[in-house]
Amino acid sequence: MYKILKKQVFSPVTYLWELEAPDLARACRPGHFVIVRHKEGGERIPLTIADFDRERGTVTLVIQAVGASTQEMMAFEEGDHLLNLVGPLGIESHIQNYGAVVMVGGGLGVAPVFPQLRALKEAGNRTISIIGFRSKDLIFWEEKFRKYSDELIITTDDGTFGEKGLVIVPLKRLLEERPGGIQMVTAIGPGIMMKACCETTRPFGVKTLVSLNTIMVDGTGMCGSCRVSLGKEVKFVCVDGPDFDGHLVNWDELMRRQNRFRREEAHSIEQCKLNPKGGGA
Amino acid sequence: MSEPKKPRNITTITPDRTKMPEQPPEERRKNFKEVALGFTEEQAAREADRCIQCKKPLCVPGCPVGIDIPGFIKAIAEKDYPRAYEILLASDLLPAVTGRVCPQEDQCEATCIVGKKLEPVAIGRLERFAADYALAHGLARVPEIRKRPEKVAVIGSGPGGLTCAADCARAGLQVTVFEALHVAGGVLKYGIPEFRLPNAIVDQEIANLLKMGVEIKVDHIVGKIFTIPQLMGEMGFQAVFIATGAGFPKFMGINGEGLNGVMSANEFLTRVNLMTGFEFPRTGTPVGMGKRVATIGAGNTAMDSSRTALRLGAEKSYIVYRRTEKESPARREELHHAIEEGVEFLWLNNPVEILGVEGWVKGMRCIKMDLGEPDESGRRSPVPVPGSEFELEVDTVIYALGTKANPIIASTTPGLKTNRWGYLEVDPETQETSIPGVFAGGDIVTGSATVILAMGAGRKAAKGILKRLGIDG
Ligand SMILES: Cc1cc2nc3c(=O)[nH]c(=O)nc-3n(C[C@H](O)[C@H](O)[C@H](O)COP(=O)(O)OP(=O)(O)OC[C@H]3O[C@@H](n4cnc5c(N)ncnc54)[C@H](O)[C@@H]3O)c2cc1C
Ligand SMILES: Cc1cc2nc3c(=O)[nH]c(=O)nc-3n(C[C@H](O)[C@H](O)[C@H](O)COP(=O)(O)OP(=O)(O)OC[C@H]3O[C@@H](n4cnc5c(N)ncnc54)[C@H](O)[C@@H]3O)c2cc1C
Ligand code: SF4
Ligand code: SF4
Ligand code: FES
Repeated sequence: MYKILKKQVFSPVTYLWELEAPDLARACRPGHFVIVRHKEGGERIPLTIADFDRERGTVTLVIQAVGASTQEMMAFEEGDHLLNLVGPLGIESHIQNYGAVVMVGGGLGVAPVFPQLRALKEAGNRTISIIGFRSKDLIFWEEKFRKYSDELIITTDDGTFGEKGLVIVPLKRLLEERPGGIQMVTAIGPGIMMKACCETTRPFGVKTLVSLNTIMVDGTGMCGSCRVSLGKEVKFVCVDGPDFDGHLVNWDELMRRQNRFRREEAHSIEQCKLNPKGGGA
Repeated sequence: MSEPKKPRNITTITPDRTKMPEQPPEERRKNFKEVALGFTEEQAAREADRCIQCKKPLCVPGCPVGIDIPGFIKAIAEKDYPRAYEILLASDLLPAVTGRVCPQEDQCEATCIVGKKLEPVAIGRLERFAADYALAHGLARVPEIRKRPEKVAVIGSGPGGLTCAADCARAGLQVTVFEALHVAGGVLKYGIPEFRLPNAIVDQEIANLLKMGVEIKVDHIVGKIFTIPQLMGEMGFQAVFIATGAGFPKFMGINGEGLNGVMSANEFLTRVNLMTGFEFPRTGTPVGMGKRVATIGAGNTAMDSSRTALRLGAEKSYIVYRRTEKESPARREELHHAIEEGVEFLWLNNPVEILGVEGWVKGMRCIKMDLGEPDESGRRSPVPVPGSEFELEVDTVIYALGTKANPIIASTTPGLKTNRWGYLEVDPETQETSIPGVFAGGDIVTGSATVILAMGAGRKAAKGILKRLGIDG
């Protein structure tokens, strides 16, 4: 059982947990993720480690309530215990001094960008961050990003804060204004946003890494639920990823596979509304 | 006590083996309850009486762990069930499991002398009877153990890991089992379905292990949270046993495998068994099965998948296999059960492409096969019949083509030797790997095999560990 030391609510659908997990905090690296299960009979939910503190022995998760499980989990409070937590999963991000890097986070994807941003900054890179939200009241971690970014651009879809529009607009501008001046782009967020970022960088030939969030079960390479096509190759995101060269990813297949359980999930949310007894640790 | 002995030999015993009661096929294909219901005491007594108590029992060498088969059968005949159970436990940690899932017809029962003239003694069913009786009546005793200071880490809680853990614990060692998933049991829990091996049976066996002082840490993936060098170094374990199984699913690489509705048998069975997807949405994990299901392959995994599909309400459940029924590697009993339940077998057929509409499976193109000339090994390999392609209308395709070695341990343990398929190399006498003090066994050494072979390897490794630590076993 893993204690929730801190809970922070960013918006009606996003929240942060800081969990007590000393072994995990010691073993994890940027790019790693965990799988949690919040109750008996509950689903196994993969979540990126958005931050960790080795001294305090904690890991931080930032979660968006999109379906039945993540909504039920939102009812957990400080002091409650999480039933299952396993990790660190996946391959850690490759950190090196590229020169100048652009880190793009879309919506909840902002959180998993953070540990990579910090590590890349500490490795000596010039860091430019672009973080995008739908609206001003959904913004989180601006200060954390400012601390490790040489330049920070914030966008909102509705223009209530920063630049109005999608993250690809400033991304494209940077690439155009600084030919040869950007060595690597990392993009994390919804599939559609990562795909758009890859299409933006492709003509410039700038290496673009993405972190894929396919549907998983075990997270250890045992089931193949998370498989993704990269060119002719098939990879398992949980053990070969989650970071991949975004220019190779078959995005249409990926996004289609994310909707594999759409019918079942709609049903599950209905049940959860009719019978809201889930939640509580 | 018992009646005076009548002379028993092949001419005087009951010729037919005692049938085990089963749920009728039309009933059971709609539920997840166990298919075979087990012997009653009377039935067990009748069957035990068919064993002629050979002086040189041929059945024993047929059992990979060498159970004293005439011994435990005699105990059943004398209604001394605690002794029957003791005898089983002396060689087999999980008799309630092996009695259900061992390929007996190729092992102990294949060599039983009675089988030369009549139907062989139903050794597996008797084994199951004695074990179930013991579990139901709480006969499992926790042995007296003198604790020792040495610490052993076991990686993986399938049958191999559990057996090694039990034997090390009996010798007094302090054993910690690390398991990647949120429950212990390995394939017994996530793979083999409830209707063949109820989870409650596995849980009871594991509870006995906990009583012996074995600690099981679920949610711990060795190679991720700790590495083997860490276990052997700062964490103070003197020996490690790796029993991580061979669960890395294979696909064929044909067109259409990325479509929605294509999955591995491991994914399908894990969603149903481990995550109790058959109770969705009462439980959280959906299964995503359609109405017309094709399973590719014809081993135990394929039987389990196709029969699970029926139970989840599939209108059609096909097995597509490129060889014939004769070459099917499944247990005969399971193949027979699948036929009775209405699984349709397309022998001598090979998939060439999975077809889709708007990203979802809508069919599978197959080609008919013919058995060609025998090769050097004497096996006739299937060859496609030109122009015989046809389309099978399905919306779900399940791959049950076997598995490969999971690379997590090998890739995080410097100096650990693997063969070219990624399986671990061990000394066949002791199960020790290329790293002194690190042992391995079960599917991660042999490739996908059987429960009893994994248990045999776990036992051998425990002996090897005791020897390595200078303790007499
Ligand atoms: C490596 C990885 C890292 C992730 N990191 C984060 C994170 O840091 N924060 C966060 O909020 N979310 C993260 N996700 C996504 C998160 O796992 C899903 O949103 C969550 O599982 C949805 O569960 P649900 O029951 O609430 O919703 P559901 O109703 O079950 O599903 C809603 C949608 O979520 C996706 N989804 C469902 N089940 C899974 C599953 N088992 N694995 C992955 N996706 C699934 C599907 O696209 C689905 O349509 C990550 C996913 C992966 C694979
Ligand atoms: C569907 C199916 C049906 C079968 N039917 C039969 C049958 O009828 N009869 C029969 O005899 N055999 C059958 N088998 C085969 C049999 O189940 C296996 O041979 C046997 O379980 C192998 O045991 P094992 O201990 O080597 O590994 P497994 O049972 O595979 O257990 C390995 C365990 O290790 C864990 N693990 C993996 N990596 C790590 C890690 N890095 N750290 C911690 N834990 C880890 C896994 O999560 C798993 O729990 C079947 C197999 C399947 C898949
Ligand atoms: S363990 Fe398997 S092979 Fe051995 S006696 Fe029992 S059923 Fe037969
Ligand atoms: S070979 Fe058959 S008859 Fe002989 S002891 Fe074994 S089970 Fe009994
Ligand atoms: S989640 Fe099962 S193999 Fe990746």
